[in-house]
Amino acid sequence: MSFLTVQNISKRYENEGVVTSALGSISFSVRKGEFIAVMGPSGSGKSTLLHILGLLDDASSGRYEFDGIEVASYTENEKAEIRNKKIGFVFQSFNLLPKTSVYENVRLPLLYSSIPQTEWGKKTKDAISAVDLSDRIFHESSQLSGGEKQRVAIARALVTGPEVIFADEPTGNLDSVSGKTIMKILRDLNEKKGHTILLITHETYTAEHAERIIRLKDGNLKSDIKVTRRFRAEEFIK
Amino acid sequence: MLFRHQLKTAFTGLKTNKSRSVLTILGIVIGITAIILIMSLGQGAQKLILSQVEGLGSNTIAIIPGREPKGPSDFANIFLDSLKERDLEILKSKSNLPYARDIMPVVFGPARLSYGSETYQSTVFGGGSAEQENLIARMFDLETETGEFFGASDVQSKSSVAIIGSKVKKELFGNFSALGEKVKIGNHSFRVVGTLPSKGQVSFFNFDEMVIVPYTTAGQYILGRKHFDRIIVTAEDETKIDQTVRDITSALRQSHNITDPSKDDFFVETQADLAERLGTITSVLTAFLTAVASISLFVGGIGIMNIMLVSVTERTREIGLRKAVGATMKDILTQFLLESIILTLVGGVIGIIAGTTLSFVLSLILSAQLGNAWEFTFPVQAAVLGLVVSASVGLVFGIYPARIASKKSPIEALRYE
Repeated sequence: MSFLTVQNISKRYENEGVVTSALGSISFSVRKGEFIAVMGPSGSGKSTLLHILGLLDDASSGRYEFDGIEVASYTENEKAEIRNKKIGFVFQSFNLLPKTSVYENVRLPLLYSSIPQTEWGKKTKDAISAVDLSDRIFHESSQLSGGEKQRVAIARALVTGPEVIFADEPTGNLDSVSGKTIMKILRDLNEKKGHTILLITHETYTAEHAERIIRLKDGNLKSDIKVTRRFRAEEFIK
Repeated sequence: MLFRHQLKTAFTGLKTNKSRSVLTILGIVIGITAIILIMSLGQGAQKLILSQVEGLGSNTIAIIPGREPKGPSDFANIFLDSLKERDLEILKSKSNLPYARDIMPVVFGPARLSYGSETYQSTVFGGGSAEQENLIARMFDLETETGEFFGASDVQSKSSVAIIGSKVKKELFGNFSALGEKVKIGNHSFRVVGTLPSKGQVSFFNFDEMVIVPYTTAGQYILGRKHFDRIIVTAEDETKIDQTVRDITSALRQSHNITDPSKDDFFVETQADLAERLGTITSVLTAFLTAVASISLFVGGIGIMNIMLVSVTERTREIGLRKAVGATMKDILTQFLLESIILTLVGGVIGIIAGTTLSFVLSLILSAQLGNAWEFTFPVQAAVLGLVVSASVGLVFGIYPARIASKKSPIEALRYE
């Protein structure tokens, strides 16, 4: 059974009377536990698609079912609750709170959750240790390197135990070594913890960690293919 | 989201921009300081006035010529010459005023004093009684430093005798003795029979700067008129005040042939009336000044709104992130609203402390100047008002920026560079 289903999703922006189409008409579905990469040149609508899938934005037309329920029926507050409970985001520019410790950054989603406060400490520490940053737990985010910042962002995405992680070019601002670490973490989350992962990237070697690659061009689906020779997890330990 | 965490989040937000937060609340601090100061000084002034009024003796009743002023526009006082010798005689009759103890007419006016080449612009106070001795001394609780008060016979015979206040004495005679010397008041020569010690303000009369003469002499030789500026009556005791006021009113109406009370050409004022009227004046003044000070609060509020708008724009990405991880519109609204309320409340508390300290220091200075008559009071009402007002300013001026923040779409916010 599919976890995310989009049917003929489109997105148009209207700006001072000029209508631009960001997404034409896209249909595909994602199974639970799948690792999918979305590729395409800039302006192809990758981010727009991710925002719609992540309930950050509404589609102009079409149907989107998240975990079997049509998203259009949700109120803003319900969407916020789903984002909190079931979705984790990782952004290219990290988006950590400035002058705030690693611990507090990772804990942030818990503040908005219904998880009892007594569990916050453990959940936060677990998420931080999952990205191997336990020794940096009380450092301020500004004291960290780019790779470490992105690991904090992943920990933050993990802390509420979401089912799906949307990563928007998570390695885009990182050097190749840090990028590999991030990809290994995502891969582990997918393979060992069973998180569904949807990754946006324009690097083929990053995309090849996924099981499936969806390519977009000018807002339309160009191809949706299974990766034949998937990067093996061991390969980046070298 | 728990309120405790909302508060903490708001505090963290403010801490990241410390110097800006401090500058932002200055307007509120100044406004609240000014309000506390004004209200505290207003209360002090009110207490001072009450104590001055009580200094005259609570049994004292003043009969004032002219129509009673009913409002601030009643400047044009008419019938200022309505109290005459005949009225005094009527009031002195035991059958008219059975409960009156003392009755004294008073005249006063400006007068130029000279002694040799020294001159001094003073106020002449004419009083005394043709029947009773030491009436002035008794009514105003005065004693002479040197010499003695003039007697009833001096009043009867319109003697040219004068008692001078301490400042008058110092200006005209310096360190030399004034007793027995001749001073000129206007064109008339008076013999100094007594001097007063320095007493400061005694119930609105500063006797230090006055010269006291028999009212008969003052009327004839200095002021050149026969009517009185006041007739002061003391009741036997406090319970007889109201009765005496009624007695005075009916006796004078009869004497002046007045049947319609609205046509009265005099009015009677007890110390309680006086205290109330003066209290009203200070209250109105305090309210007016407070209103002026509130303008600063308004301006401060606009400053808060301005800074909160800047802050919302600056933190667009933060807002987007918070929404992405599950913050609702209400969460964001509360966060920014709390920030502005905390700002103004902190400003309010600082203002209350500053205003109280300032008014305490001022009260020390004033009491040194007025001889301990000024009393400091912590303006509890003003402090509570200050807190409520500053929190409301935060609420009112914070709601617009907070709404803008809460309405930001998460993707617009995340994209914002």
